[in-house]
Amino acid sequence: MKKTTFTLILAAGLSALLLSACGGSGSSAPSGNSGSTSQADNSSTENASTELYVYNWGEYIDEDVITQFEEETGITVVYDMFETNEEMYPIIEAGAVSYDVVCPSDYMIQKMIENDLLATINFDNVPNIDQIDPAYMEMATAFDPENQYAVPYCWGTVGILYNTKILEELGVEPPTTWADLWDERLSGEILMQDSVRDAFMVALKKDGYSMNSENEEELQIAKQDLIDQKPLVQAYVIDQVRDKMIGGEAAVGVIYSGEMLYIQEEVAELGLDYELEYVLPEEGTNLWLDCWVIPKNAANKENAEKWIDFLCRPEIALANFEYITYPTPNAGAFALLDEELQNNKTVFPDIDSLQNSEVYSYLGDEVDAIYNDLWKEVKSN
Amino acid sequence: MSKKMLAAPYLLWMAGFIIIPLALIVYYGLTDKSGMFTLANVLSIARPEHAKALGLALGLSFVSTVICLLLAYPLAMMLRSRGVGRGSFIVFIFILPMWMNFLLRTLAWQTLLEKSGVINGILSALHLPTQNLINTPGAIVLGMVYNFLPFMVLPIYNVLCKIDDNTIDAAQDLGANFFQTLLRIWLPLSVPGIISGITMVFVPALTTFVISSLLGGSKILLIGNVIEQEFTHGSNWNQGSGLSLVLMIFILLSMALIAKYDQNGEGSTF
Amino acid sequence: MNKAKQLFHRIEQDFYLVLIMIFLYAPIVTMIVLSFNASKSRTQWGGFTLQWYAQMFASRNITAALQNTLLIAFLSALIATVIGTAASVAINSMRPLPKSILMGITNIPMLNADIVTGISLMLAFIAFGISLGFRTILIAHITFNIPYVILSVMPKLKQTNRSTYEAAMDLGATPVYAFFKVVFPDILPGVLSGFLLAFTMSLDDFIITHFTRGAGINTLSTLIYSEVRRGIRPSMYALSTVIFLVVLALLIISNFAPRKRTK
Repeated sequence: MKKTTFTLILAAGLSALLLSACGGSGSSAPSGNSGSTSQADNSSTENASTELYVYNWGEYIDEDVITQFEEETGITVVYDMFETNEEMYPIIEAGAVSYDVVCPSDYMIQKMIENDLLATINFDNVPNIDQIDPAYMEMATAFDPENQYAVPYCWGTVGILYNTKILEELGVEPPTTWADLWDERLSGEILMQDSVRDAFMVALKKDGYSMNSENEEELQIAKQDLIDQKPLVQAYVIDQVRDKMIGGEAAVGVIYSGEMLYIQEEVAELGLDYELEYVLPEEGTNLWLDCWVIPKNAANKENAEKWIDFLCRPEIALANFEYITYPTPNAGAFALLDEELQNNKTVFPDIDSLQNSEVYSYLGDEVDAIYNDLWKEVKSN
Repeated sequence: MSKKMLAAPYLLWMAGFIIIPLALIVYYGLTDKSGMFTLANVLSIARPEHAKALGLALGLSFVSTVICLLLAYPLAMMLRSRGVGRGSFIVFIFILPMWMNFLLRTLAWQTLLEKSGVINGILSALHLPTQNLINTPGAIVLGMVYNFLPFMVLPIYNVLCKIDDNTIDAAQDLGANFFQTLLRIWLPLSVPGIISGITMVFVPALTTFVISSLLGGSKILLIGNVIEQEFTHGSNWNQGSGLSLVLMIFILLSMALIAKYDQNGEGSTF
Repeated sequence: MNKAKQLFHRIEQDFYLVLIMIFLYAPIVTMIVLSFNASKSRTQWGGFTLQWYAQMFASRNITAALQNTLLIAFLSALIATVIGTAASVAINSMRPLPKSILMGITNIPMLNADIVTGISLMLAFIAFGISLGFRTILIAHITFNIPYVILSVMPKLKQTNRSTYEAAMDLGATPVYAFFKVVFPDILPGVLSGFLLAFTMSLDDFIITHFTRGAGINTLSTLIYSEVRRGIRPSMYALSTVIFLVVLALLIISNFAPRKRTK
């Protein structure tokens, strides 16, 4: 009889411990299940909420900006990072964690809109939206036709970064096209992007197809090309490409344009005996636009809008630009830059000069699955 | 009667966090996105890309297990012959790296093996040609052996320690040479430890995705990577669960092996 | 026995032990050396520096991850010890059939692949609508820790003498009193080693945490994984040096501190 009481006390004690542990950590976000009940909960807690769950790319913000936001608004930011759009999507879809504000790319935003995962932004709470160059709002209509869901944050291109010294040693002339990444002399010297769309973009563009191809035959050819290229590839990486190229690990790497300024500064600072140059391949490339969006299950929507508004402030956008060095669509911040940077065509390419370039579009779940399967075939080969 | 109530929290816990989750995997693995019963997820293991990943994982983990066994057995014998208990310094030395964080151990090898890593740095300082070490199957095997070696050493060592010295002496007195003693005495008596060690190395090596992604440059896809990506990138949970079910077959096999050879839990690692 | 031959044998053995030791320690030593290297390069010595240590301790991410790791390890080990010890006592008094069924279930998380355990827990949390975060990591860790506790406590329980417990009861002790006065001291070493084992297992886990973690929560393992995938981070070398030293100290204390050995 006594043992039974003991058990009960034990169980009670345990659950108390568990609960206090959760409360103490402050991470008890409301569950992300999109039911009417949780919606009701959200609205009732909204006024008092002092939290904001942010989900962003790695190395994609100046951390001081977060601190400044927290100090100014009294909101506690819970900041988390993802590596690829594909990794971010299932988390939001499953509602495993309810983030309040997320920064995906164009095609992924389209996918999220089509699958009804996003909330429309109340632009009354985002007055600084005026600072965004209308050209980019126009660009965003490709995936967000009425500019209801997304606020542009950064944009750029994808290109090839090459190490002048290693290429010289190998006797290979600097690359100018994607096709140059199939040069056998570069064996073991190529860094490719480890994400489905970027990898297929390279192969599809090389073959003169659209990077949004849904044509089975074209995709098979692109897959075969990637398989043929695989022995030449040193590694499939994402963010690592930057440090690896600075460290002289590889001769060429596929990289986002925004990393360029940082890389060139770093090379100069370290006094390295080689230079890293960036080239936009002739076949055309991917033009991308990352935007802030608010998931439908966000618990702190107003805070998310405050966050977006804050990031649209010219001086904040400038601070972010100086830290992450990705081109900013913020006209106010752009105006604050020195002329030399404004005219730096590597960082801010003329959109007109990117005629062959395309923006990714969401191709539907079925085509997505085909891409994924083909990519798996490449990787497992 | 009342004593059994003490198991209640445990039973609840295990039901909630072991049985139900596993049941969910079975459910997802045997249904498609609309919730209809299908075997397609499990059978997708036969698709070339999955079969290759599984085959490669089996191959690499088999090689790693064999290497671990070959390295660990003599080591365990030597540790035992030093006539020392578990708390002794020399055993301590060999267990210590095991308590380092698993990821830091893998990171260490990445640092050594990379193209501009330490080993190539030493080679080029000696004017030797640099080697392509990282992102090869060899690098992954190395990572597996390094990470899982202690799981082979400890159970074998524990079993060997239980062998009575008199048995060995008796064999030698009767004229058995080293190999005869090894074959007739050491090995048969240490079977529980060996089996336990093999499963302790084979299962994590077979299912790893960390070692292959850090030391394989994402060029080498093991079955663990495929499953991980189905969950974190592809968002095809059904297929990921189906492939997990296939993996569980191997795990069940090793559980059966243990049950057969190590009934008394002699070969436990700890 | 031939003395020379024996000596030779001994040298051979030492040689082998040293080789294995180099294999085990070379990577760790390399990281320790690199943690003091001012240059980010792994092949050039840029001078001695402590800047990576300063960077490590100044980093909000690293200190938060360290805090989470220790808190989760401690709480999960503690809760697992309580549940596991209670369960061991109950299982020990069961008939063979339920006993072996329960022990079979206990073995599942130990023998199952971490990736399957992690995924299954993630699916369950999502199905139950528990949002991923600190508490899901904690629950997951408790789950895989309980079996280690049970496996440490059970052998000690088997060794205890039932009649002393019964004698205590005959002399008028309540079951609880008898348990804590008679049985518990006997199994205490098993309970403690179960706790320590659970603690270290929790510290070392990556895969299960990877699948059950949520927003803004990192343990050291998940932090290292994402940092390493992002680029070369000398502060990670500094971190591993610190961890190595802490582990070294803890193991020395727990291994060599004088303690009463129970049979």
